[in-house]
This record gives sequence, C-alpha cells and structure tokens, in this order.
Amino acid sequence: MQKQTKTILTLLSVSMLAVAGCGQSNNSTAEAKENTVQPTTIAATPESTETPAAKPVEITFYYPVNVGGPLTKVIDGMASAFMEQHPEIKVNPVYTGNYGDNTVKIQAGVQAKQPPDVAVMMSTELYSMLDMNAIIPLDDFIAKDTDIQMADFYPAFVEDTQSEGKTYSLPFQRSTIVMYYNKEMFKAVGLDPEKPPTTWDELVTYAKKLNKDGHVGLEIPGNDDSYWMFQMLARQNATDPKQNIMSSDGKKAMFDTPENVEALQFWLDLSHKYKAMPEGVIDWATVPTDFIQGKTAMMMHTSGNLTNVKNNAKFEFGVAFPPAQKQFGSPTGGGNLYIFKGTSPEKQAAAWEFAKYMTASEQAALFSSSSGYVGVRKSAYDTDAMKKYTADFPQALVARDQLEYAFRELSTHNHGKVSTAITNQIQAALAGEIDAAGALKKAQAEAEQALAPFNK
Amino acid sequence: MEGLNGMNAGWSERLRRNGFGWGLVLPSLLFLCLFTYYPMFKSFWLSFYEKNLATPEPLFVGFDNYINLLHDNVFMKVFSNNIWFAIGTVPTSLALAFLMALFADKAIKGRGLARLSFFYPNMIPMIAVANIWLFLYTPHFGLFARLASWITDQPVNLLGTPDTVMGALVIMMIWKEAGYFMIFYLAGMQQIPKDLYEAAAVSGVGTFTAIRRITIPLTMPTTLFVAVVAITNSFKLVDHLWIMTKGGPNNASNLLLYYIYESTFNFYDQGMAASMTVIMIVLLLLISSLQFFGWDRKIHYE
Repeated sequence: MQKQTKTILTLLSVSMLAVAGCGQSNNSTAEAKENTVQPTTIAATPESTETPAAKPVEITFYYPVNVGGPLTKVIDGMASAFMEQHPEIKVNPVYTGNYGDNTVKIQAGVQAKQPPDVAVMMSTELYSMLDMNAIIPLDDFIAKDTDIQMADFYPAFVEDTQSEGKTYSLPFQRSTIVMYYNKEMFKAVGLDPEKPPTTWDELVTYAKKLNKDGHVGLEIPGNDDSYWMFQMLARQNATDPKQNIMSSDGKKAMFDTPENVEALQFWLDLSHKYKAMPEGVIDWATVPTDFIQGKTAMMMHTSGNLTNVKNNAKFEFGVAFPPAQKQFGSPTGGGNLYIFKGTSPEKQAAAWEFAKYMTASEQAALFSSSSGYVGVRKSAYDTDAMKKYTADFPQALVARDQLEYAFRELSTHNHGKVSTAITNQIQAALAGEIDAAGALKKAQAEAEQALAPFNK
Repeated sequence: MEGLNGMNAGWSERLRRNGFGWGLVLPSLLFLCLFTYYPMFKSFWLSFYEKNLATPEPLFVGFDNYINLLHDNVFMKVFSNNIWFAIGTVPTSLALAFLMALFADKAIKGRGLARLSFFYPNMIPMIAVANIWLFLYTPHFGLFARLASWITDQPVNLLGTPDTVMGALVIMMIWKEAGYFMIFYLAGMQQIPKDLYEAAAVSGVGTFTAIRRITIPLTMPTTLFVAVVAITNSFKLVDHLWIMTKGGPNNASNLLLYYIYESTFNFYDQGMAASMTVIMIVLLLLISSLQFFGWDRKIHYE
C-alpha cells in the first residue's frame, strides 16, 4: 500500500517536473534576455564601453543558405569578425535551412513574440512582413549614419528594399538570371564560343543547332518559382523599359497583357514548336546538374550557381545575358537584411550595426567571391579581393554588368497566394493543360482575388 | 453492517487501484493534452475565425471558412487527389504485403534475407526515400525515366507532367509501405493453427484453396487493421512532396496535409488552414473508428 502511494507520488512528481521543465526553459531565456538588456543601456554610453565588466548586447541573426557550398562557414566567420571589431555586441548566427524554412521560422517567431533581431529573408517577403507588422523601417538609421552610403548600393538591388518612400532592408545575398553555355558544344556544331546568342531569334537558331548528340539545346526551369523566369521573358518582350508584372506598391498584378502572353508563348514554343528544350515542367535543381553533366548545351539559371558550375563543370563554359527580344532584362533575386520589431531599441541599434557591417564593401566582396552571389555595392568591385577574383574568373562580372537591365522580383501583398497563382498557371501551360492566354487570364483572376482586400 | 463494511473496503480499494492507474497514465496524458488535445481544440476554435494577412486580428465568421472550402477549387482538387492517392496505394500495397508474407512465411532457404529485403524500404526515412526516387525519376539520368522514355520513345518527365506525377508517387509509396504491412500479415499467419493446414492437406485440398479458405479468412482482422493504418497513412504521409514536387505541377500531386501547410506558412491564411485541419481530424477519426466499433468483431472467425 505504502509502496504504491510512493509510486503514485513519484509518477506525479515526475510528470510535474517534466511539465515544469518546459516552462522553466522559457523562464530562463526570458531572464537571460532581461539581464542583457540592463547592461546594454549602460553600454550604450561611451564611458562604460571601456569597463570590461559590461555585458555585450546579444542579438540573434537568422540566415538561410539556398545554394550549394559551405556558405554557413563564410557567414559565421563574418559574424565572428564583426564581434572582434565590436566587443559590445554579441551575435548569435542561426542557420535556418533554405529560404522557405527560414521564412517559416521567422514567421513562427514573430507570432510567438520572439522574433530574431536581424535576419536574411527573401526580398519578396517585404509586404507580408509589413502586413504582419513585424519589421521596422531603416530610414532613421540611414539618416543618422553617414557610413552606410546608400548610393553605393546598386539601384537594382535597392528597388525591392523600398515601399512607398521608406526603406525596410539592406541588400545582402543577391542574384540575377544569367545564361550559362557550354563552349565545347558550341564549337562542335560550328558556333563561335565567344558569341553567345543575344536575341530570341538567335537563341532559337542556336538551341535547335545544339539539340543533338544526346543533349538538348536549352533548359529553362519551370517548377518552384517559375514566375521568376516568366518575369525575365516578359521584360525582354516589353516595349516599355520599366514594365513589370506587378505595380511597385505591391497592390496590383499585371499578368494578363498581350506582351506577356507572347512571352509565355515563346517559352512554350521553345519545346513544343522548336523542339529545342524538353517538354513539361523542368525541375529547378536538376537543370544545373544537367548542364554540368553535358545533358544540355545552355541553361537559364541564377547567378548564385556560378561557383557550383565553376567547381564541377569539366568543360569550358561561358556566361552571358539572357537574350533580348525588345530589350535585355532579368529580375533580381535573393535576400535582404531585415531588422525586427518587438525588441529593445538597443538591440535594434546593434542589429543595424551588424547589418551595416555585413553589407560593407569588404564583406560584400568576400561574400560574393565565396558564393557567386553578386556584390551588392559598386565599391565592392574595387577591393583587391574582388579584383583578383574577377580577373581569374571574368564570368562573375556578367551578373553585375547585367544590373542596369535588372528589376524587382515579383513582390506583392499576399505574396504567397499571388505568386502561387502565376506559378501554377505557368506550370499548367508548360504541361500542355492550357494555352498561354488562358493561363495568364486565370492567374490574373486569382491574383486579383488575393489582392482585393488590399485595394479597399 | 458487513455489507456496508465491504462496500467501504471496495470503495477505497477501487480508489487505490484507480489512483494507481491514473498515476500511470498521467505523464503521457499531460503531454497529450499539451501537444495534441489543446492544439486540436485551438484549431477547432480558429476555424470559425478569419485570420490572414489582410485580417491580422481574428474576425469571427461562423461557418464561412467551411463554405469557402466548398468553393475552393484547389481544396477540391487536393481532396480528390488524396482519395486517388489512397485508392492507388492501399489495395495494391495490401495485396503485395499479403503475397510477400506468404512467401516469407514459408520455410525456405534465405527466408531471413527475404524478410529483411522486403522490410528494409520501411526502415529508410521518408525524406531519404524521396531523394532516392527523385533521382530514379530524373529525366535523362534516372532508371525509371529512361525506362519510360524507352517505352514511349520520347523524353519523359514523370514528375513534371500532371498525368504521370501521381502514378509515380503512388508506386514509390507502395514500395515503401508494403514491407511494413507484410510484418503484420506475417504475425497474423503465424497465429493460424498449423493443424488446419494439415487437415486440409489430408482431405486433398490444394494450396490455393487452402489460402483462399483458411489463410485469407483467418487474417481478416489483420487486413482490417492494416487497411486502417494504410488509409490514414495515405492522408498523413506528405514528406516526399517537399523533396519531389512541392505539390506541382499545378497542384497535380498536392495532398491535403501539404495544402494545409502551404495555407499556413506560405499564404498565412490561418483560418482556412484551421478549418481544413478540422476536416482532416474528423476524417481520420472516422476512419480509425472503423477499427474500434463493430467491424473488428464481425470479421473474427473464432
């Protein structure tokens, strides 16, 4: 009898402990946070920074890695270098997976009122983050801080950090679409390997010529975010040099226009009419593999894959602007640094300091040369590290040179629904379920429905 | 007097025994409440509210979310996809599991190896399976992609074509699941008394008749159990979609659970996601209750 009561009591206390344990960890982190906040206020004043006892401001930094290669080491290394220069700030870098996982984690954090202090996130998340009231505008920091030199950033990358006159992020991990081509295959069919196609007509002629001997002429990926490739074709076919597929305030979609229908039709024709590209939806991740393995002579892909192709291709390859119809054009892609609401002003200031450091020219040069992403600042290309990198590997300059034709990636309110609407219809068209005009009409209707609440 | 004493003793005895029982279930019950019943209740509550990017503060809308679902083409497509996925995977993997169990039950040489090789697909995590099969289906390189190209005499993109993507995923799932269900059949078959087969053999009954008249009827409880597990799995297993198709092309391979995830974390439409969650919970409850109410008893032959 006593034994049993004891057992019951033990079981009870075990379960209580277990539950309490869950709560405890929360408490302790909360305490830790308060502890760090207090000395921070002191640390902010110049006298106390010299006292070694002052505890540093602790900030959490979330970042995703979306391309191959050991980029986590590069970013963690940059964070430690920052802490050596700024002993008053402690950065905890958290690698969060790919862009999708990263956004989910940040979103969960925002809802639980424990957001990261600073994070790299897709440029396209801007309106979602604003609608969730999760991020702060950086204009005050920019106005006070002369070191930042906003004019030094490439304008194509700054475009998507802004909305309605305010700046909400700093460009960090940025890319454009470039065309990779296999020089040896060009030679084999009698094409000049130094003269890649520059127009749609040439692209078709070349791709048809190259489509033999067990490999295809061209591959354009169509799953995941197929709207990115569509934006490229749409801009190339646009008469207006500033035409995009959405309005800059993120409230209107402009998918269903005659020029866009032509652009999508061209994409379909590459496989159905000209037979130079495989039919159906081509997978994003297998396209670089196909190119490296010699299964396709040309591919359109992110410049973020430069290092991957450079390290793995066993042949000479060239990188060029994707060909023009009426003009050149490529949307930009990738992530910016955002600073979050709901933390203390000290933390936000520390986060700004960190974001500024990560986007300064030295760091931009280091990050670009180790990843293949485009250096976000003009001055990054004047650094010795970058000069050496681009001298050995001039292909890395193509994405940068293309920036004058680059423009904002699809970014709207209700971005998930709007981008899914266009992506799904492009996929349906590529799969032959619907024609180009019908697909864009449907996508337009779905997007308008998703945007309706924001146009009230 | 004695009766009263006896009742008192019975009462305290019962309390003691029940208290001990409750003490035993308490730890898991607490966690179940925290991580299962509370979230379920919360989803149920949220399903009556509109909560998305346009309305960040929950707004009570009654049954509107459920009515909207009926008009949501994607939901309808995803739901019917899920039913086709279940129809595609469950009967075949059950039949295959039964045949494999018959084979693995026979006392032949290499029986251990046969059991292992049938069961091993189940030991590999779903994400790894998806990666292996993604490669098998990769155009130009993959074994199955080449096989399909050879048959149709043109390049085939099995995962990139709406007509073939579901079939491709169904085949993978059968490969993955059949070995698992085989284990249950194997256990079921080993419980069948051997003298039944001996009696049948003495009466000159052939192997196939013995299987049809003895093995199949006597493994019916296993079949019911395995069928319930298989059907619920066909609604629950979606890991492969992350790796292989993301539900595409154009939702051709999208399943209910993946669509719920998309609605929550991609569209931030929490009200709709909650109402779909409720529908899913009710559906799974209905399916699993087949096991507990009635059916189970009706198919016993003892």
